[in-house]
Amino acid sequence: MAVFSRPRQALMLASVLGLAMSATACGGSDDSKNNSGSGDCAAYEQYQGNDGKTVSIYASIRDAEADLLQQSWEEFSDCTGIEIEYEGSGEFEAQLQVRVDGGNAPDIAFVPQPGLLARFAESGKLKPASAETKTMAEKNYPADWLKYSTVKGTFYGAPLGSNVKSFVWYSPKMFAEKGWKVPTTWAELMTLSDQIAAAGTKPWCAGIESGDATGWPATDWIEDLMLRTQTPEVYDQWTTHGIPFNDPRVAAAVDQAGQILKNPKYVNGGFGDVKTIASTSFQEAGTPIVQGKCALHRQASFYANQWPQGTKVAEDGDVFAFYFPAIDPAKGKPVLGGGEFTVAFADRPEVQAVQTYLASSEYANSRAKLGNWVSANKGLDINNVKNPIDKLSVQILQDQQTTFRFDGSDLMPAAVGAGTFWKGMVDWINGKDTASTLTYIENSWK
Amino acid sequence: MNFDVAAEADKLTMLGYGLLAFVVVVGGLLLLLDIVPSWFARQREQRLAMAVAGVDPAAPPPARRKPREWLFGLFFLLPAVLLLLVGLVVPAIRTVLLSLMDGRSESWVGLDNYSWMFSQDEILSVLTNTLVWVLLVPLLATSVGLIYAVLVDRARLESLAKALVFMPTAISFVGAGIIWKFVYAYRGPEQEQIGLLNQLVVGFGGEPQQWLQNPPLNTLFLIVVMVWIQAGFAMVVLSAAIKAIPADVVEAARLDGVNSWQMFWRITMPSIRPALIVVVVTISIATLKLFDIVRTMTNGNYDTNVIATEMYNQAFRYGQTGQGSALAVFLFVLVIPIVIYQIRNLRKQREA
Repeated sequence: MAVFSRPRQALMLASVLGLAMSATACGGSDDSKNNSGSGDCAAYEQYQGNDGKTVSIYASIRDAEADLLQQSWEEFSDCTGIEIEYEGSGEFEAQLQVRVDGGNAPDIAFVPQPGLLARFAESGKLKPASAETKTMAEKNYPADWLKYSTVKGTFYGAPLGSNVKSFVWYSPKMFAEKGWKVPTTWAELMTLSDQIAAAGTKPWCAGIESGDATGWPATDWIEDLMLRTQTPEVYDQWTTHGIPFNDPRVAAAVDQAGQILKNPKYVNGGFGDVKTIASTSFQEAGTPIVQGKCALHRQASFYANQWPQGTKVAEDGDVFAFYFPAIDPAKGKPVLGGGEFTVAFADRPEVQAVQTYLASSEYANSRAKLGNWVSANKGLDINNVKNPIDKLSVQILQDQQTTFRFDGSDLMPAAVGAGTFWKGMVDWINGKDTASTLTYIENSWK
Repeated sequence: MNFDVAAEADKLTMLGYGLLAFVVVVGGLLLLLDIVPSWFARQREQRLAMAVAGVDPAAPPPARRKPREWLFGLFFLLPAVLLLLVGLVVPAIRTVLLSLMDGRSESWVGLDNYSWMFSQDEILSVLTNTLVWVLLVPLLATSVGLIYAVLVDRARLESLAKALVFMPTAISFVGAGIIWKFVYAYRGPEQEQIGLLNQLVVGFGGEPQQWLQNPPLNTLFLIVVMVWIQAGFAMVVLSAAIKAIPADVVEAARLDGVNSWQMFWRITMPSIRPALIVVVVTISIATLKLFDIVRTMTNGNYDTNVIATEMYNQAFRYGQTGQGSALAVFLFVLVIPIVIYQIRNLRKQREA
């Protein structure tokens, strides 16, 4: 098949295209580093001595959030002369594996799954954190958090940002109008639900549809109730398969969640019956609150970004969240959440300096000031956090009473935590009984 | 968001290199495709000229040239063979090997993944669903397409009527899935319905239904989507085949006094048999590989899973490469007989 009638034509086209390509390739290679750092560099004394070095960071944070991230360490870069090359990817989890296997690992990665972190640690790809990083992390983060980046006794890196999942969203306006009070115990929560149901509104709305991740919001419910009905130790055994998935204690927690999620009097406000939970997307699941068709919606702090435009998220606004109450508040304040950890694939001094800096309270405050960020860092000054829901999250995370536990499905093997657990919950919502759902999940855990 | 050229310079350079490489390779190939045949043409011309001039063409020089021409033939075959090797043969062998290994592809487990496949209730339901799909979709899509093609044949506004049915074929499976998800959408009886089907049901005084959440009927509702897409394809191919039936045959039948029923079964059907087989086979293979509709509409929940979605889930989401590969191999085995049948048919037609 001769596409071009004459060789000359083809040649011309090829060369013209080539020329155009090379022109693009040369466009803009100038350095955009702006040395505006006039701030006080005294705070960075301990990180000095690595001038002119470069550290690469790889994470799943992109777009506007990534800009804030880069802004947050600008001063550090200017003062220490360490340049930080940041790269965010939407397929971080899969790509990180590819890059590490290909010998192209980043110096530092922000890993949001302890399971993935452990896998890299066990295969010897991660470098243990330096003594300085460890000291800094121990000073600033609660022990609950540090154990998630400790694999077989070796500490690999400090936590960074985090989110709180134990929240129930509500409308302060609606509550004020109807004279309802924010519940502080499980019993109060159930009484309130009955009260709202008696008034003719379905109190709860929920939705677990999320494309190929359908089911995850329901696993958060179960995890939250595991933490409330059982001790944190049992929770840890559950997430590590120390007890079977169909243990009676797990069944009790699932049934407790079922008291709300599978109660036709309680759900699904604004959508229909219990089964609609499975087909309602998690993004729109809370919106009936704004329309007054539902009163309560349990979802993580990041749901703040899902409200319709113009909704004021504040204690005196259109919507806000309260802490998902414990069954027995005397036994402490169990909090379910997530977050990412800064781990290193290299142990050059400048990499360790950056890793230590990211664990410091100076960094946490520098990042928090830019907005839209929460951390469990104890040195984080609450006044630096502006967003009301972020403020509440930080308060909860810094509370002495708080027992923090990481999202359990992120700790389980992917086949369970991102597979049968999700699928099992969908079936459970769709009518399958608790016992056979849990046995199905247990059988998949090898 | 502002676009910082300097910050993206690396990526732009990389993009540039990529495009440059593409242009060089493709441009080079095109050049080659142009130069080499014309070189051969010139050679032949020369030889012809020599023959005309009285030189014996069977003399030694051509004997030296012949293997070179053969070599060039091989050279032209090389890209296709290479691509087939890299893109098909090697992955197929690797998948078979992986299916004999564990989830992390570290140790050999023999046929464990296959016995797992046939012992899990979950997977058995996946296999039954796939069977239902493969039996129903080709049958329904082809019959709908055929009936429609016969009905609109030579009718007024034929092209408009055909365009209407053909249009869904142009929609991607994912797009169709989303459209039909809205059609099946459910809201409680006390709410306003947002789904077309439930609105109709409510309009006739019925209770709204959760179409996609109640097995086993939900698989049928998904099958409707596939039929909706494929019927247009069947209709177009079959309509063309109907139009290609020689007019004298039809006329002869008419003179013999057949009614429309006889005309359809005795004349139309035998005449379009080859086209019919192509349509059924094509749709069958597409149905076996079906992935997008199920993934978009139910994600395999509520007992609607099929082999391709389960394969993807096992291999890429659950990290069970072995089990995923076993499913892939099984799917491959299922497709083979259909392909063989198709090839045989093509051969028979060519001989005829």
